[in-house]
Amino acid sequence: MIKTDILIIGAGPTGLFAVFEAGLLKLKCHLIDALPQPGGQCSELYPKKPIYDIPGFPEILADDLTKNLLEQCKQFEPGFTLGERADTLEKQEDGTFIVTTNKGTKHHAPIVAIAGGLGSFEPRKPLIHNLVSFEDKGVEYIIKEPEFYRDKKVVIAGGGDSALDWSIYLSNIASEVTLIHRRNEFRGALDSVDKVQELKDAGKINLITPAEVVGLVGHHELKAVVVSQSAHINKEYEVECDHFIPLFGLSPKLGPLGNWGLEIEKNAIKVNNALDYQTNIPGVFAIGDVNTYPGKLKLILCGFHEATLMCQAAYQIINPGKRYVLKYTTVSGVDGFDGSRKEAPKAVVKKIE
Amino acid sequence: MEQDVKVTIIDREGVSHTIEAPTDMAMNLMEIVRLYELAPEGTIGICGGMAMCASCQCYVLSDTELPEMQEDEDAMLAEAFYVKNNSRLGCQIQMTPEMEGLKVELAPES
Ligand SMILES: Cc1cc2nc3c(=O)[nH]c(=O)nc-3n(C[C@H](O)[C@H](O)[C@H](O)COP(=O)(O)OP(=O)(O)OC[C@H]3O[C@@H](n4cnc5c(N)ncnc54)[C@H](O)[C@@H]3O)c2cc1C
Ligand code: FES
Repeated sequence: MIKTDILIIGAGPTGLFAVFEAGLLKLKCHLIDALPQPGGQCSELYPKKPIYDIPGFPEILADDLTKNLLEQCKQFEPGFTLGERADTLEKQEDGTFIVTTNKGTKHHAPIVAIAGGLGSFEPRKPLIHNLVSFEDKGVEYIIKEPEFYRDKKVVIAGGGDSALDWSIYLSNIASEVTLIHRRNEFRGALDSVDKVQELKDAGKINLITPAEVVGLVGHHELKAVVVSQSAHINKEYEVECDHFIPLFGLSPKLGPLGNWGLEIEKNAIKVNNALDYQTNIPGVFAIGDVNTYPGKLKLILCGFHEATLMCQAAYQIINPGKRYVLKYTTVSGVDGFDGSRKEAPKAVVKKIE
Repeated sequence: MEQDVKVTIIDREGVSHTIEAPTDMAMNLMEIVRLYELAPEGTIGICGGMAMCASCQCYVLSDTELPEMQEDEDAMLAEAFYVKNNSRLGCQIQMTPEMEGLKVELAPES
């Protein structure tokens, strides 16, 4: 059982900044995210694109914002459960919560902060009739551990960056990589496209285009995929493989959060914005894109503000009756849980003669 | 102020809505759908309108002359599901006076 002060669901910009604000109050955080990496929409949807409305940054790449947020909260040593979806919330008799993921990992905390954005990122599954029955029996939608594919025959489907990048990466690990796409054209960074061309010419990637996987073959485990290729005449044939990885992007789904007994409006969680962004369940907060209140704006800077106020309220719940006075980081410095200390250099007092 | 245009949008439940779309706000069809809340929040416009998610896919039912499809829209549709010959990405259709009478049906959520 993972224990922490504030359990944050969602490691997007809002969740990451909450770690820092909580740390200033000496509260420890643990984050759960369905994605294998932190950053939320910034890392999944537009990592290489610039953002122009982060206060103090005239321009910053979404990836760099994520990197900076991780660096900023590093000394507060957040824990991460990545690649798992928070599925259930159980209130204990003492008012604390246990959150369990789809992989069975349990987390225990007095405060739960939902920073779930538009929902947990779930793979978009191609419409192949027997796809679901092969899940975890040879079909995977997210690559977590590339070594898993060592010396295996892998078929990847898709035409975007992740299909290209993983084909390149796995061509050195798997015994065979086949890339299948509906078009001859790919939609990705130029150097990835060139690299795949190179690997194809070198015989290290089998490219099948324009084609589509239309069925899966196997008994209990995947044995082959059925490919329909439409070059001049349509032909259908099987390609033997151990793994089939359809990479058609991820799309956010509110999913299990919708069944936690929270008040939902327009696919978002209603909160008390006059006070502290608490939900209808005391001790459970919702911050960032995932919440709604009159006048709500789904912007990163609004998530930062909400995270800050949430931490103050969490402090009061965890330390009832304890007085707190706001301190400026410039004046009091930042003491990390790792023993590090950041502080402003002292002014020198010296006589001028 | 430029004039509004009338466009008809059939939502994912099959209900038809004929609405006034402003042409002077640099809005695209995906944004019009969100403006009028014709699809639940979070099910359309995921990528913000960069032709990178296909959550705004729709089927064009009128013979309105549409802006030509750019490479990125074409490539995204090649990866989307439920694609038909008359599929377009709503975020790539700007609301201009030429869109008067446009009729589309939203593609299923995927
Ligand atoms: C193309 C694009 C451009 C944008 N440009 C700007 C801009 O210029 N300025 C701006 O301010 N904003 C911009 N935004 C919006 C901005 O990205 C969001 O406001 C911001 O990402 C919200 O942060 P968040 O941490 O609240 O949620 P998210 O970034 O959505 O992160 C939420 C995380 O929670 C996870 N999660 C949800 N539920 C669960 C669960 N049950 N279990 C496990 N994990 C879960 C998700 O997987 C996700 O990683 C843009 C968005 C897009 C798509
Ligand atoms: S909104 Fe993402 S493709 Fe149109």
